[in-house]
Amino acid sequence: MADYHWPPANRRALIGKRTMRIDGPVKSSGRAKYSYDINRPGMLWGKMATSPYAHAKVTKIDTSAAEAMPGVKGVVTIVPEGQEVLWAGQEIVAVAADSEERAEAAADAIKIDYEPLPYLVTDADPEHAGAQYSKQLEQRVNGNPDQGFQQAEVISEGHYGVPVITHCCLEPHGQVTEWNGDDLTVWTSTQNVSGMAGEYVDGLKEQGITVAANNVHVISHYMGGGFGSKFAAETWGIACAQLSKKTGRPVKMMLERDHELMVAGARPSMHGHVKVGAKRDGTLVAWESESWGTGGPSDAGAPRFPYVFEVPNVRAKHTAIMTNIGPARAWRAPNHPQMALISNGAMEDLAAKLNMDPVDFMLKNMNLVVPERAKTYQEEFAKASELMDWKSKWHPRGKSGAGPLKRGLGVSLHTWGGRGNLSNCLVTIHPDGSVETSLGSQDLGTGTRTVIAIVTGETLGLPVEAVKVNIGDNKYPPAGASGGSTTVSGVSTSTRRAATEALNSLLAKVAPSLGVPADQLEAWDGKIQVKGNPAKSIPWKQACAKMGASSITGTGKTSNDLMSSGVGGVQMSEVEVDTETGVVKIVKHVSVQDCGLVIDVRTAESQLYGAAIMGITYALFEEKIMDQVTGRCLNPNMEFYKLASIADIGEIIPHMMTGPGYDERGTIGLGEPPVISPGAAISNAVANAIGVRVPELPLTPDRVLAALGTLEKGGVA
Amino acid sequence: MDAFEYAKPSSLKEALGLLGSDWDDASVFAGGTDLISLLKDDVVDTKRLVNIKGIAGLNRVHESAEGVHIGAAVTVEELISNPMIREQFPAIVDAAEGIRSPQLHNMSTVGGWLCQRPRCWYYRNGFGLLALDKDGNSLVAQGDNRYHAIFGNSGPAKFISPSSFGPVLMALNGEIRIEGPKGARNVAVGDFFVIPQKQGEREHAIAPNEIVTEVTIPAASRGMRNALYEVRPKEGLDWPITTAAVALRMRGDTVESARIVLGHVAPKPWPAEDAAKWLAGKTINEETAAKAGDAAVQGATPLSRNGYKVQLARVSVKRALLAAVRERSSAASA
Repeated sequence: MADYHWPPANRRALIGKRTMRIDGPVKSSGRAKYSYDINRPGMLWGKMATSPYAHAKVTKIDTSAAEAMPGVKGVVTIVPEGQEVLWAGQEIVAVAADSEERAEAAADAIKIDYEPLPYLVTDADPEHAGAQYSKQLEQRVNGNPDQGFQQAEVISEGHYGVPVITHCCLEPHGQVTEWNGDDLTVWTSTQNVSGMAGEYVDGLKEQGITVAANNVHVISHYMGGGFGSKFAAETWGIACAQLSKKTGRPVKMMLERDHELMVAGARPSMHGHVKVGAKRDGTLVAWESESWGTGGPSDAGAPRFPYVFEVPNVRAKHTAIMTNIGPARAWRAPNHPQMALISNGAMEDLAAKLNMDPVDFMLKNMNLVVPERAKTYQEEFAKASELMDWKSKWHPRGKSGAGPLKRGLGVSLHTWGGRGNLSNCLVTIHPDGSVETSLGSQDLGTGTRTVIAIVTGETLGLPVEAVKVNIGDNKYPPAGASGGSTTVSGVSTSTRRAATEALNSLLAKVAPSLGVPADQLEAWDGKIQVKGNPAKSIPWKQACAKMGASSITGTGKTSNDLMSSGVGGVQMSEVEVDTETGVVKIVKHVSVQDCGLVIDVRTAESQLYGAAIMGITYALFEEKIMDQVTGRCLNPNMEFYKLASIADIGEIIPHMMTGPGYDERGTIGLGEPPVISPGAAISNAVANAIGVRVPELPLTPDRVLAALGTLEKGGVA
Repeated sequence: MDAFEYAKPSSLKEALGLLGSDWDDASVFAGGTDLISLLKDDVVDTKRLVNIKGIAGLNRVHESAEGVHIGAAVTVEELISNPMIREQFPAIVDAAEGIRSPQLHNMSTVGGWLCQRPRCWYYRNGFGLLALDKDGNSLVAQGDNRYHAIFGNSGPAKFISPSSFGPVLMALNGEIRIEGPKGARNVAVGDFFVIPQKQGEREHAIAPNEIVTEVTIPAASRGMRNALYEVRPKEGLDWPITTAAVALRMRGDTVESARIVLGHVAPKPWPAEDAAKWLAGKTINEETAAKAGDAAVQGATPLSRNGYKVQLARVSVKRALLAAVRERSSAASA
């Protein structure tokens, strides 16, 4: 019998190597069809009328003019008269028409009367929010914080924060829905293919439409980014299915860019005042923080401070501000980038006050991290330092030389879980030797397809090209939603088990021809061979011909003994700050990360690149700008919602930790951890360059110049 | 966006006949890079688009005894691939290169960059050009004005002129030719941009039935050393936060006369006349350039959130002046 455990390094043909993403060619040539690309015969377009008010009661809805317009086929009310809307951009009525333009004109023609109500869209001042809008979520005390600060020989205090940003998926949310009798087909951009049918069953039931889960067919072959924002059927998905039902026609309703930015993705803000103390040798002894943030109308959960370091004496309080900015959504490593910025910013400031190199300071406190992670961090600090040339480049804070351009270095570390989700896999080997692997999973652009092909190919001794990967459809065996960095372990361990099971069936059929028991056989290099003896072998195709007329299948589930949880990462950033203009440029960014056994080093590094770019973007540019005067988002467009371009990201150096100490842990997810540290590392680098902390991200000229102003006025460095 | 009629006349006369007396009657269309977004966002409605790219002569750059003439439909790419422009007007090239988008270089036109509407986010989000609340108070003043005006903002208009070419053409004493039903007129660039004082007024001295056809840089401005500096937090496509364009008439190392125009700081390109006067008779170095920068921002009236732009404008002037004497073109040194 073939063993399903991961092969040792010397018996890996594909795992841990560098494989090109298998869907690269179809994506780069435009042949990959996204939900946006789906066009069905007789399809209508859906558009929505949305609230211009951040908070209001809908007093009257008049759709008569819209319904009388040419080409308009159906109208569905989402928020009925008498109910409140809680954010600007909230959907009130959906309309379907025979062209996109007519649908848009009809949505504009829907007359809605409102009674405007008081609102809050800013979290700048928690005191100002008052009891009506705020809720204390946590007051955590550990050890004796007062005594801890008495023991401290050096204490640093500061303010740190990040604003609300959006997910900004290049493909907006939306779907095409089509009914055929009782059957509903949904082509949608989702991170949750297997769970989506249930979302529609429940959502439609609330609207009085009964549909059975086994009649809901969900398709998401390709999607243009999710980042945590695409798990649900959404208001617009249910309304779209209702419009389809009502009109008897397929309906396409994808969000407009402004709507996408206003309502379909928001990472909660977080701000905090921190006091942190250490012994003169750098030993951390006490932490105190008072933090707050907004995740829209509901709270976004409490952070756990301090981040990574279990400081013995802690007092941490967090308050949620409930605002009318639209709902928060999970954003790649929920709460961690915010915690890293606040906590690692405070640690760097303390190190500066101690006149210590922050790397030495963090290494000094390795006894305060989870014990099993300390060695990983130490190795990652060493690797990152080498790649950044930290020791020769680093200078004490503010000692950046003359002239307006100042260079500086910053460091941050982070942690994440990443245990695989529950996924089921079906591997089919056909008598002609062709192979397919099927899971109701999805590829968010992360390389999921490639990983599945690699694991199948590795197990069956075949190249990746020999494997057809079927995902993005809920007719395949159910797989978990892609959230929490759970997909790679979910799909690779279930695929390994399924492929091994299929292989064992094949080996049993082939064994008689090779004259040895099946457990003496292995699949290697396109052949079934006697273990370690290529001379005694049958080529793959001929072996498969022996299975008879019916295909062989193997099934597998996520396998705990093939995976693990818990990773660390260290990032270092080098920046150049123009102290006359406050403009910050990234010179170099090093991202060192572990995730256990790396299935494909190439797509893993691609995750590090993508995360660094996303991180540089939120460090320097991104902010969902809400205006308390109008209650509206002022930058729901790609003009003033600013993203880094290729010329803004500097040199990015990704490095995956692999080999002994890492590989034997099995697979662990990677999607989220590398996006946690960039904000903190870059903010710390700016502080190192200019000699003063810029408290809030993004690090724009106004904020940098304001911080330099405090320095000129003798403020704390 | 509402349905509209599309016309592509082949003569100026025909084009003028297609325009109306109200702004909603018709819109002049060239590159369309601003107009299409205005229409899609329902900020502007029009009954007819009049495409002027089919009109002969509007897309050429040529020289005459009067100076250098740039047709309104000349694209950014055509402008800066012209060797004479590259040689004599590095400030124009700098302004063009600040537009970090090959698509905009290929599609957008010089006339469009003079006539495009402000990027003020209240305006673009449907609150009107002046963005006044129901009591007539400025939303900009009360709200988020981080990218708004620090000069010329005492009236209701607090947006900034977004024109990438306005400041440099004004520094070079450019003139804009406008054709209308009653014939042609020339307007100094500095007079083409106006600050609206009440609802209904626009930021350009042009009527709905007129077309910008040409910009002329006078012969007298040839040989002026010129440069431009933009504070650009992003390398990719984005608006500069402040710009300074300078044109210097030099005698040896001494400034005989100077023109300094700030961009993105006021509802129109903003001349820094005191700073320019102060520079006359001086040589340009780190110290005098910095002092000219200080003089240029005297009298700035920042709003609640844009005080930082004063510093950026100051630095823009300093750096533009230093660039002007550092990057001498062959024409300037002749």
